[in-house]
Amino acid sequence: MQIYLPIAEVSVNAFLLLGLGGLVGVLSGMFGVGGGFILTPLLFFIGIPPAVAVATGANQIMAASFSAVLAHFRRKTVDLEMGTVLLIGGLIGAAMGVFVFNYLKSLGQVDLLVTLCYVVFLGVIGGMMFIESLRSIRNTRRGVVPKRKKHGWVHRLPFKMRFRTSGLYISVIPPLLVGTSVGILAAIMGVGGGFIMVPAMIYLLGMPTKVVVGTSLFQIIFVTAFTTLLHATTNYTVDIALAVLLLVGGVIGAQFGTSIGTRMKAEQLRILLAIMVLAVCGKLAFDLLVMPSELYSLGTDGAP
Amino acid sequence: MLWRLALLLGLAAMPLRAEEVVLGLSKAKVAITATFEGSEILIFGAVKREAPIPDVPMDVVITVAGPSEPVTVRRKDRRFGIWVNTDMVVLDAAPSFYAVATTGPLDKVMSDTEDLRHRVSIPRAIRSVGAASMAEDAERFTDALIRIRRDQGAYAMREGAVVLDQETLFRGAIQLPANLTEGEYLTRIFLTREGRVVSQLETVIDVQKVGLERWLYTLSRQQPLVYGLMSLAIAIAAGWGASAAFQAMRRG
Repeated sequence: MQIYLPIAEVSVNAFLLLGLGGLVGVLSGMFGVGGGFILTPLLFFIGIPPAVAVATGANQIMAASFSAVLAHFRRKTVDLEMGTVLLIGGLIGAAMGVFVFNYLKSLGQVDLLVTLCYVVFLGVIGGMMFIESLRSIRNTRRGVVPKRKKHGWVHRLPFKMRFRTSGLYISVIPPLLVGTSVGILAAIMGVGGGFIMVPAMIYLLGMPTKVVVGTSLFQIIFVTAFTTLLHATTNYTVDIALAVLLLVGGVIGAQFGTSIGTRMKAEQLRILLAIMVLAVCGKLAFDLLVMPSELYSLGTDGAP
Repeated sequence: MLWRLALLLGLAAMPLRAEEVVLGLSKAKVAITATFEGSEILIFGAVKREAPIPDVPMDVVITVAGPSEPVTVRRKDRRFGIWVNTDMVVLDAAPSFYAVATTGPLDKVMSDTEDLRHRVSIPRAIRSVGAASMAEDAERFTDALIRIRRDQGAYAMREGAVVLDQETLFRGAIQLPANLTEGEYLTRIFLTREGRVVSQLETVIDVQKVGLERWLYTLSRQQPLVYGLMSLAIAIAAGWGASAAFQAMRRG
């Protein structure tokens, strides 16, 4: 069944969108990430204009995270103080990101920027996760208990604040910076940034793993809501019909994903996620390096 | 401007012309609904004449053009090992949709002069006055635009797609793709003899989003903040609703 998307002004198969949403939903349920980093490139691939894909992606992630965070509130695994600090950084970052996005759009380099961001971040995060989970799999085989670093440079910075739920007493500067950079990425890449936020919270801020996902989801809701509004008011590129179709598929997929996820070990899950992240990264990098079949592209923004 | 002048000349010369087009369209309005899958418009008509049919055979050329707007064409080049947009040309006005249907090869049914005057063939339907100053090989950018739009089904040249019966009745179909932008689609019919235009007629096909599509589009442009907030609310409700429905289904 074809459906005409009113804002994107393209006609796509509704079941394809439901399926894409479902696939991403399975991933997000399995790994506890939003899945935006897979969804946005897939939307480019089926012919949704990049600007619409990025803006609508933010809208979709916002709603998906909203349903997910409710479950975390019930389990009391959300650090509201840390979430608020991250959020302040996130909002600043999102505003900067939309500004950069619009500037590069006028230069005609927005596709390049988005792709480069993906290649760099997916490459770094995927590589780190891959090495880390390989090591932990080997350690558990040998029976070594991993030790957590307690004091790093992060703990010597000023403006310390107590985060009760996480049991941390650290400076607000690192969380603010993490929030800002994730906000920029959310605006430019149309992702929630969970795949960057989660490792940053564990390894950089030293937060306990059980509150990480809930807290990251909490702040992602607000950052992506803000990004959606910014894109809607400055670029008019949020397509609600597209977002709803992806969501419905996504919610159903997430239920299956969660039940698959609970049957697997944490290290196995992490290494799978790392491989997938690296695969997406490799595909995007390949496209940048190999001569494209069509060298020309069209844009309707008349201004040079 | 040019075609207006031509039209004026045409009107002035009307009494001399013994042949006139009488036109019918299978639809004068195309409605883009949520399930729009493209559309076919049948353009048919007859030639009204008072004098006997001249010996020289007649041909028919039909063009349908969507709203024109400036288009930026960018070209990628290799920089530091990766492919980056480097050159850019802004074409002043290119129709979002353009289709030509004729009774025979265009260069046979219409002379080059008439083609130039009425801007019939695809490259001539694109206006690119300032393009030459932006790149040395500006025509390559125009070619790229035509190639890309043709692959999308937005530009089409269908020679021989119009059927003419007994020099009097003609009919031809124009395919409109699913990815259609709204606006007034200018439809022109030319009758030619020996490559010269002997009569022409213009009409407009109205392409409009309707219903929900119309409402969403207008809201997103006129009340972007309201639209953005509504998108968020709808998205939350849809996500929540789907999850609740799914859980109820599992239990039940």
